[in-house]
Amino acid sequence: MPTFVRTEKCDGCKGQDKTACMYICPHNLMKLDKDGSETGHAMKAFNQEPEQCWECYSCVKICPQGAIEVRHYADIVPLGGSVQPMRGSDSIMWTIKFRNGTLKRFKFPIRTTSEGSIDNYGGKPMPKVSELGTAGMFTGTAMNGYRAGKKDELIRVK
Amino acid sequence: MAQGTFGNPEVVEEELDILLIGGGMACCGAAYEVMRWADAVKAETGTELRIKMVDKAAVDRSGAVAQGLSAINTYIGPDLDPADYARMVSNDLMGITRDDLAYDLGRNVDDSVHLFEEWGLPIWKTDADGVRHDGAVAQKEGMPLLKDGGKPVRSGKWQIMINGESYKWIVAEAAKKALGLSRIEERVFIVKLVNDKNDPSRISGAVGFSVRDNTIHIYKAKAVLLAAGGCVNLFRPRSVGEGTGRAWYPVWNAGSTYAMAAEAGAELTMMENRFVPARFKDGYGPVGAWFLLFKAKATNAYGEDYMVKNKAMLDDYPPYGQAAVPASCLRNHLMLKEMKDGRGPIYMDTVTALAKLRETLTPKEVKHLESEAWEDFLDMCVGQCGIWVGENIEPEKKMSELMPTEPYLLGSHSGCCGIWVSGPEDLGAPTAADGEYDGVPAHLPRGWNWGYRSMTTVKGLFTAGDGVGASGHKFSSGSHAEGRMAAKAMVKYAMDNKDFKPELDTSAAALAEEIYKPVRNFLEHKDYSTSIDINPNYITPKMLQFRLQKIMDEYVAGCATYYNTNDKMLAVAAEKLEMLKEDAQKMRAKDLHELLRAWENYHRIITAEAHMKHIQFREESRYPGFYYRTDKNFVDEKNWHCFVNSVYDKKTHQWSLFKRKHTDLVDKSKLFVKGAPH
Ligand SMILES: Cc1cc2nc3c(=O)[nH]c(=O)nc-3n(C[C@H](O)[C@H](O)[C@H](O)COP(=O)(O)OP(=O)(O)OC[C@H]3O[C@@H](n4cnc5c(N)ncnc54)[C@H](O)[C@@H]3O)c2cc1C
Ligand code: SF4
Ligand code: SF4
Repeated sequence: MPTFVRTEKCDGCKGQDKTACMYICPHNLMKLDKDGSETGHAMKAFNQEPEQCWECYSCVKICPQGAIEVRHYADIVPLGGSVQPMRGSDSIMWTIKFRNGTLKRFKFPIRTTSEGSIDNYGGKPMPKVSELGTAGMFTGTAMNGYRAGKKDELIRVK
Repeated sequence: MAQGTFGNPEVVEEELDILLIGGGMACCGAAYEVMRWADAVKAETGTELRIKMVDKAAVDRSGAVAQGLSAINTYIGPDLDPADYARMVSNDLMGITRDDLAYDLGRNVDDSVHLFEEWGLPIWKTDADGVRHDGAVAQKEGMPLLKDGGKPVRSGKWQIMINGESYKWIVAEAAKKALGLSRIEERVFIVKLVNDKNDPSRISGAVGFSVRDNTIHIYKAKAVLLAAGGCVNLFRPRSVGEGTGRAWYPVWNAGSTYAMAAEAGAELTMMENRFVPARFKDGYGPVGAWFLLFKAKATNAYGEDYMVKNKAMLDDYPPYGQAAVPASCLRNHLMLKEMKDGRGPIYMDTVTALAKLRETLTPKEVKHLESEAWEDFLDMCVGQCGIWVGENIEPEKKMSELMPTEPYLLGSHSGCCGIWVSGPEDLGAPTAADGEYDGVPAHLPRGWNWGYRSMTTVKGLFTAGDGVGASGHKFSSGSHAEGRMAAKAMVKYAMDNKDFKPELDTSAAALAEEIYKPVRNFLEHKDYSTSIDINPNYITPKMLQFRLQKIMDEYVAGCATYYNTNDKMLAVAAEKLEMLKEDAQKMRAKDLHELLRAWENYHRIITAEAHMKHIQFREESRYPGFYYRTDKNFVDEKNWHCFVNSVYDKKTHQWSLFKRKHTDLVDKSKLFVKGAPH
């Protein structure tokens, strides 16, 4: 169920060193055709191995031009439907078009903090090297996530 | 930028203390934990540990969580006990799991979930009236975080619902911040681990190549975390055209974890186990929320609920069939009965389920419910929506077909194949003194812990997530937590082995030669024939994969035989796999992309061989519904209530298989008490 790139929308990520779609595809499928020798469309991206596409939409969501769409796999799915996202900073909007024309729109939150704002170790304890051998993680008490468990459940511990 | 060319790659060598292979949930967890301990080490001793994480893809969207997820499947919460969790894991996997690993995960996993929420992952909440609130809304309304006693929305006993489109993105941000970009290498595919020159039972590094430029990367390291996910596409998928990529399991996890561990000499466990999820047909969209949140029923084509109709079949497999929630494989077993007897297709009755819910809900709630149903797919399996829109399926109007998929190998979802690791010391696990290690090769550890949590039987080699065998049901949160546990132990290991200087047992030149052999095969022979793909001197990775899938599908209990195999079919498979492995020496790579595919498929072959050998060795059918050995079509508790483990000899290419005794650390009979809640 492969992605395809709209010829008139893709700008090859403006000739940058790596395109957004190449950067993100977990299966290394998106490729920039620099000189047009592979597709006839120079400086535009394409899916180089469509039958290996998981349709994870990672490339669709990241493309700054909104140039990537998905034509669901032709060997299984009747033509005419489409599922297209617009991913913003705190939510994602989906437009869903059925083969019979029915249209649905959904909006879902994606994160509650702004991108890049994670304060990794802020407010977390600095562990001691001597604690390396103990159970649990360094945030054990700070995050209130350690579940000690009832002792009598362990049938071989005296 | 690298100076190498396709014909003559540049070789870059690097010395590290700790190397993380993979960039999925487990390695992101490891990255977060490892740096804090490394900071502590630096502060106290002045030693700066050299650390690196290497992923074949981009950490932001790599691994099984690339699309996002709609639920966190493992969250214990304050009301359940880690022992309850260990019991559930055990029963779902037909009684043969390591309670020490499951229990330890159970007591630590919530820590990671609480971090995810702090980092910005929206987690749904339930208010005092039992009304559901979206994760982001809940926070705006000032509902407490999980860590402060907030109540999640349970879609099952262990699962909690999230708005998880950006799950991986968020977890990756924390990992990347912890490490800093200089400690991360993306688009490097690790091909093999390298043992130590002076001690073959020890790891000393790993080697891979960049899929972007012609560089071979050789990493020396004291401790290596191998967490490169499970294995898909070792069986012929149900779709073989353009839709080949639509497996349930993400197509990019190619068994690297199992293959590289085996070749390094690590003991594998339960490689006979597999996962055959029953999912929405063709798109493989998740069914969990439909069953648990929307209370839908699955039926045969004639509207009969096969779980009720075929209930007696569960009694063939005591006690696992008799728990309140029977093992996953047995649920498939009951479904397959209907399919084999010609009462398919199987349907998820979404129409009745939604109609029932409408009876008690306001129109606004109904609208929200519809959105929840779609979000379940859009967050983690957009492809299923593609099928629904293409086939005009609106779940309130039209039911959807269900189908068991082709088999996958994994150790963190509802599967338990993987690597045998050292567990925690305080849970009563068997020790060397407990005896009964007949048949276990002398060089392997006896008890269930040998010093460092999550270390394999190869010194310095650790694993997590899909890599850790004989546990399962860790899912995204558990894999993250397991990566963290491993990371902490790795820091300890690196400190304890401060003076160890890794030396590779193979020269850099020989390693480079080996990795680029598919390129050489191509360059040397490409002009022999006029067709680039048809040439007697080499085989394309694609054809290698097709051959593997045909063998596995037809002889090792794939879809083609309704998951049946027997001793004779396995013997044929063994012979064919042997030749396939030999032919893998003739893989070709016409570009770096194909070099990636070549080595992925090599990893698949080794993984497939392990799977086949384990099924052959275990003379019973432990997972009815996932596979059947028709010559031994029963569960044999007397002889086979044990782990099946193996080691591979990379020099002779031979496997040795053996049993390890199973021991319960928590009381399983509690699962089967009549009337007791599960
Ligand atoms: C379809 C599906 C649905 C799921 N749904 C849920 C759910 O709803 N809730 C939940 O909690 N869990 C869910 N899970 C489980 C969860 O995704 C996994 O348990 C978890 O991702 C496992 O973590 P991991 O780090 O072991 O593997 P992964 O997260 O898959 O990461 C593997 C990593 O290794 C890298 N890699 C692979 N090979 C190499 C190599 N040779 N060299 C370098 N890097 C390599 C990959 O790029 C990737 O970064 C689901 C899993 C699947 C497959
Ligand atoms: S990310 Fe979009 S604009 Fe950039 S190269 Fe890919 S398709 Fe073109
Ligand atoms: S949808 Fe996913 S797998 Fe397909 S090309 Fe885009 S990023 Fe790659």
